[in-house]
Amino acid sequence: MSGVRVLVGTRKGAFVLTGDGKRKQWKVSGPHFAGWEIYHMKGSPADANRLYASQTSGWFGQIIQRSCDGGKTWETPGGGMTKTPDGMPAGESNKFVYDATPETGKPLTTHQWYDGTQHPWEFKRVWHLEPSLTDPDTVYAGVEDAGLFRTSDGGKTWQELPGLRGHGTGPKWQPGAGGMCLHTVLLDPANPRRIYVAISAAGAFRSDDAGKTWKPINQGLHSQYIPDPKAEVGHCVHRIALHRSRPNVLFMQKHWDVMRSDDAGDSWREVSGNLPTDFGFVIDVHAHEPETIYVVPIKSDSEHYPPDGKLRVYRSRKGGNEWEALTKGLPQQDCYVNVLRDAMAIDSLEPCGVYFGTTGGQVYGSADAGDSWAPIVRDLPAVLSVEVQTLR
Amino acid sequence: MIRVVLPPHLRTLAQVKGEVQLDVPGRITRGAVLDALEARYPMLRGTIRDHVTERRRPFLRFFACERDLTHEPPDAPLPDAVVSGAEPFLVIGAIAGG
Repeated sequence: MSGVRVLVGTRKGAFVLTGDGKRKQWKVSGPHFAGWEIYHMKGSPADANRLYASQTSGWFGQIIQRSCDGGKTWETPGGGMTKTPDGMPAGESNKFVYDATPETGKPLTTHQWYDGTQHPWEFKRVWHLEPSLTDPDTVYAGVEDAGLFRTSDGGKTWQELPGLRGHGTGPKWQPGAGGMCLHTVLLDPANPRRIYVAISAAGAFRSDDAGKTWKPINQGLHSQYIPDPKAEVGHCVHRIALHRSRPNVLFMQKHWDVMRSDDAGDSWREVSGNLPTDFGFVIDVHAHEPETIYVVPIKSDSEHYPPDGKLRVYRSRKGGNEWEALTKGLPQQDCYVNVLRDAMAIDSLEPCGVYFGTTGGQVYGSADAGDSWAPIVRDLPAVLSVEVQTLR
Repeated sequence: MIRVVLPPHLRTLAQVKGEVQLDVPGRITRGAVLDALEARYPMLRGTIRDHVTERRRPFLRFFACERDLTHEPPDAPLPDAVVSGAEPFLVIGAIAGG
C-alpha cells in the first residue's frame, strides 16, 4: 500500500498530511508544537519513520525535535531526564555553537552587515534540516547566521563544519531581507563526499571532501547590485535543486534569474526564458524526468506575490528556457500569496506528485506532475516549508 | 523547595504542569535556580539564557514578590519569600508578537 506523508512547517506549528497512493484522501494531523515557528521538517531517506523538525521562537530560541514513529510522537533528542556520570544533563540538542577553536585554523567571527561594516556571527535559528541519505542519525543543519552543522547521534549534539565559514569569503557575506541564512543543503547521491549549500546573500558553495573544505560556485551569476561580473560571493541565491540520477546538473532560483549548471556549479547560465518574471523562491525537479523543472514566479522587488493576482506554477520540460503555465485548480484572480523557498516538494510515485505551500496557509497538491491542482488544506498558518515522503 | 513558574510554551516543552519545584543547593540566586532547572529539564537549556554566555534571552524577564528582578545580577540572592517557598520565582515571556 503506497502513500505519501507531507510535512508542513508553518509560522504557528507543524502539520503532517497523510495521503493515499492516489493522493485523493488526506488525513491532517496537527498542529504539533502549537504557537512555535517550524522552519523545516524532513524525514530520513534511510528510515521513513525518522523525522526531524526545527522549532524556533523569538522568545525561547531554537529547539530540535525528533520523531521515530512518523510524526505521531516527538522528543527533544537527549533532552529527557538522563544525566551523564558527572551529573550534567546529557541533552544538548538545541545547542548550536560556532566553532572558534584554533584547530580549525581560521576561526571566523564577523561578516558584512547591512551598512557595510563587519558584524559578529550570531546564531539565530535552523532554517533547513537535511538528513543523510544513508544514516538516520546523521543530519545536516543550515542555520542563520549562515553556517552548516552536523549531528551524527540523532540530533543530541551538533558540531559546526567550520571550513565553510572559514574558507575565506565569509567577511563578504551579508544578510538578505530574511537574514543571513543557509537555507539549502543538497547531498550528492552518487558521491557521498560531495555537498552543495546555498546562502542568502552569499551564493552557492560546494564541498568535495564531505564538508571539510569548500569553494564558492557562483561563476555566471549576475546580480544588479554587484558591479563585478566575476564576483565570487554576494549573490542572493534562493534555492537549488538537483535530480538524483544526474547530480552534476543543478537548477537555481536566484533573487532574480532562474539558472542552470551542467558542471556541478562550476559555471551557470540563465534559463529564465519566457517566465513572466524570473524572481521567485522555490525550484524543484520532477521525480522521473531530470529535465522537467518547476518554479513559481513571484513579482518583486517589494511585492512578493504572483504577477496579475494569478497563482501559476511554471513547468519546463527542457531544463529551462521554455516554460508552460500550470493553472488548473489554482486561483487565477485576486491571489496575493507568496511561496517561500523551502515550500515545494515532489514525491516519487507514478506520476509524481508536486506540493507547495503558501503564506496564505494553503497547501496545494498535484497528483499528475503539475497538470492539475487541488488544495489539501487551505487555512493553515503561513507556510514556511513543505517536504514529502513517499511511503511504499 | 524553590517554586518556579514557567511560561506555557516552556511548560509544554518540559512536559510539566503547574509550578516546578526544585531542590537548589547553596545560595539561592537566580543563577543557581536556573542551573537547577536546566539540570533537571535539559530540554530547557538555551531557552531562557544563552548556552554559552548565559545571557538572558531578550524577550524573557524574571519576577518574584511583585518585583522585577530582570536586571539584578545573576548571583544576587533571591528574596526571602522565594527562598522559603512562600512565593514562586517567575519566568515571564514578553507579551508581544503576532
